[in-house]
Amino acid sequence: MNAYWQCFSGIVLREWLRFVLQRTRFLSALVRPLLWLLVFAAGFRAALGIAIIEPYDTYIPYEVYIIPGLACMILLFNGMQGSLSMVYDREMGSMRVLLTSPLPRTFLLCSKLLATSLISLLQVYAFLAIAWVYGVRPPAMGLLLALPALLLVALMLSALGLLLSNAIRQLENFAGVMNFVIFPLFFLSSALYPLWKMREASEWLYWLCAVNPFTHAVELVRFALYERFNPLALAVCAGLTLLFALLAVLTFNPQHAALRKAS
Amino acid sequence: MNALEVSDLSFAYGAREALRKVSFSLEPGRFAALLGPNGAGKSTLIALLTRLYDLQHGEIRVGGNSLRSAARPALKQLGVVFQQSTLDLDLSIEQNLRYHAALHGLSRRQTDLRVDAELARQTLTDRRRERVRELNGGHRRRVEIARALLHEPRLLLLDEASVGLDPASRLALNQHIRSLCREERISVLWTTHLLDEVQPRDDLLILHQGRLVASGQADALSLEHGGDLGSAFTRLTTSGAAQ
Repeated sequence: MNAYWQCFSGIVLREWLRFVLQRTRFLSALVRPLLWLLVFAAGFRAALGIAIIEPYDTYIPYEVYIIPGLACMILLFNGMQGSLSMVYDREMGSMRVLLTSPLPRTFLLCSKLLATSLISLLQVYAFLAIAWVYGVRPPAMGLLLALPALLLVALMLSALGLLLSNAIRQLENFAGVMNFVIFPLFFLSSALYPLWKMREASEWLYWLCAVNPFTHAVELVRFALYERFNPLALAVCAGLTLLFALLAVLTFNPQHAALRKAS
Repeated sequence: MNALEVSDLSFAYGAREALRKVSFSLEPGRFAALLGPNGAGKSTLIALLTRLYDLQHGEIRVGGNSLRSAARPALKQLGVVFQQSTLDLDLSIEQNLRYHAALHGLSRRQTDLRVDAELARQTLTDRRRERVRELNGGHRRRVEIARALLHEPRLLLLDEASVGLDPASRLALNQHIRSLCREERISVLWTTHLLDEVQPRDDLLILHQGRLVASGQADALSLEHGGDLGSAFTRLTTSGAAQ
């Protein structure tokens, strides 16, 4: 048991050290959601009023509405980017080292997913801190309650990223992931607009958003941030995390990447 | 018990066969050179030995433990230096070593002892806090060797470890690994395509087009196939020799 703990803490420590040492990567990951918050949301504020909807008790400005979606966007980008690099060459060297560990491959992959998810949370909280200074201030208890919700979402998206990278040949570069995974997941969700607004525009778009796992991820975090519990979102996210992780581990096989290159 | 036993190993990338019925063994404390031109199947063999690829046909045993059915004890006895550097460049020498110790589940106390011992052996103790990025190629290789030996493996696998080093560093590395072999009775499998890295008393394995076309002591093989190692290698690896 101790060997497992040593191994897991070693993997987390390595991710932490890389995070601390690669400050530019950390800062550039923050730029994206901040642009959305400070530029896009500010511009949209006038165009889009948000009526009273759960979990909010009152009318809210657009910047308040968009925060959970942007927090999840950080996790979405990190999850996809991290998982893609686990499969393809960029980090193949470090994956080879990881896989020479005598501990089971399933354990190693899950540890890696959990470690990168924990580090992603630091970026999310850095973003929430800047948003706090900007004036978007969820209750302090909400910020604490959002922690497990964000961790679950981070794990779900990392596992999804690994599963997609294993399964789909066309996702060999990040542009493919942006176009075919990140953008559809993000825009067809409740991250930028409430679902009732979407329904006003189009019934089928509404349904696409309603079944999108990312919508449930955003709502889980939104409810937690305002000290509310969303059982449906939790059930969907927990169930999908297990499913994605299971399938991702079962389908992870570096020789598939080699076979694709050879073919 | 043999440090390594490979029996009847075959592997294919789809329809393309990369290894065909490869069998050999390596005794404790022996230095074996695995020679082969590019595309001979060396990288595939290394990928199979290090569990990167799953076995398709055949068996690999490290210290008597099957990589298929007892991967954990097998991998515990295996240390690897990969062809391309797999160090974290932004981390210090010591951080890289500690990460590897954690992957092998060593306790904190064991880690302290082993890191100190391997840094001392590689004369890197004074530089332990330096970032790997600041080291030259020869020193990076030494860090990788220290890392590969950290969990005290009985078999050390070096995949073209001398690639990219200047001649002096290349020679020093080769001699250093041989001294480990002698003094610690560690078995070494050294893959290369450079004939001057092989010595007459080494075990020699020649891989060509996915098949093991020769195995035995280097001087005996040279004698049998042409007189010197260069002509033996050329004769054995000219197209069609594997047929």
